[in-house]
Amino acid sequence: MAIAEETTLRIILYEGEGAEKLAADERSSTLLALLEKGYAVTCAGEGKVSQADESSLLVLGRFNNGKVPEAEDVNGLVSIRFRDINGHNPEEITQLVEEERESSKAAKHGDWKPWFPVIDYDRCTNCMQCLSFCLFDVYGTDDKQEIQVQNNDNCKTNCPACSRVCPEAAIMFPKYKSGPINGDVVSDGDLNREKMKIDISALLGGDVYQMLRDRSQRSRSRFSKERDSDKALGERTKCLTKLAAEADIDIPLEVLQSLPSADEIAKKAEAANAKAEAALNAQKN
Amino acid sequence: MPEKPRILFCHCNYARVVPDEVKSSVLEGLCKSGQAFDAVADLCEMAARRDPALKRLAAGESPVKIAACYPRAVKWLFGGCQATLNGEHTEVVNMRELNAEDATNTVLNETLTPNLPADGSVAKVEGEKKI
Repeated sequence: MAIAEETTLRIILYEGEGAEKLAADERSSTLLALLEKGYAVTCAGEGKVSQADESSLLVLGRFNNGKVPEAEDVNGLVSIRFRDINGHNPEEITQLVEEERESSKAAKHGDWKPWFPVIDYDRCTNCMQCLSFCLFDVYGTDDKQEIQVQNNDNCKTNCPACSRVCPEAAIMFPKYKSGPINGDVVSDGDLNREKMKIDISALLGGDVYQMLRDRSQRSRSRFSKERDSDKALGERTKCLTKLAAEADIDIPLEVLQSLPSADEIAKKAEAANAKAEAALNAQKN
Repeated sequence: MPEKPRILFCHCNYARVVPDEVKSSVLEGLCKSGQAFDAVADLCEMAARRDPALKRLAAGESPVKIAACYPRAVKWLFGGCQATLNGEHTEVVNMRELNAEDATNTVLNETLTPNLPADGSVAKVEGEKKI
């Protein structure tokens, strides 16, 4: 995958010995400000939290007299830093944290809406339909020839098309509006409905372009002298919008408009099919 | 006496699929409770980056309550990153389906009701679903 495999900076909101407790509304507003900037925050209090790992820790607290403690990991694996937040409002705290993040190797957040397929391996039968369908190389196989999501940032935001072609409703987009694509329980009705869906692959790769060609032929005589690229784009847009609406496939128009040319689609489809077939053959052997 | 579950809260930062009033209510409830908890901005974003922190959040034998979205989605957001949640000790509180009061009470309630789909199961329910 192209997205860097980076860890989130872990922030500890410390209110124990040597530090002042925050009022509940201060704790809440500080936490909210940090979450909205993409950070992971551990609030210390009664009970357990997740265990430590090797990621960097930034400990925030209203330390007594502003005196920041000094500590280090005895194993030398974890970098621990402390910052005093006395007199800081939530916005100032997030600025302070951002400075710390920049100086660490932690991930930067918010550059990309996390829209990508999540495979339910309890349902997946490894049929490779998603791999052969997706034109954007989102899917691939591992060394056991099992399907996996390999290039999730190639996925087109808000497009759930591959989940529609999955015969087992095993592909989820957790941020999708409705079930079962959003991860809700799959009903028999959902499965039947999925089976009744048209072949989207044919729709995108075949019918659309055939329809465009037909329309183009028909209109050539009438518009031959005034055709230009804007008109061609307009025609394509109109055609795709109509087909997408008729099919009720909920693929954003901008995704349909950004599809490669018919020839490129054919090439990509052929390559994806070959990959899928190779994976299926390897499963048999 | 059963062990008190630790709590993980997902703020679902990058989409508006979890109602704001539910997220706010749960977060405020946690902040008032004095209970220790982990909060993350967005589990999907972490899963997209294969964030090693998911392994930390999934690890351990202690029971865990995860305030997020659908249990099936949460299971495979973690599972897709080789950060397997323990099905017997994990309850996902679905903030997309519960109202603010119910979600907050369920998160703060110390009783754990495991609800991840069982491994290898093909969970189905009868009847029509909304689309």
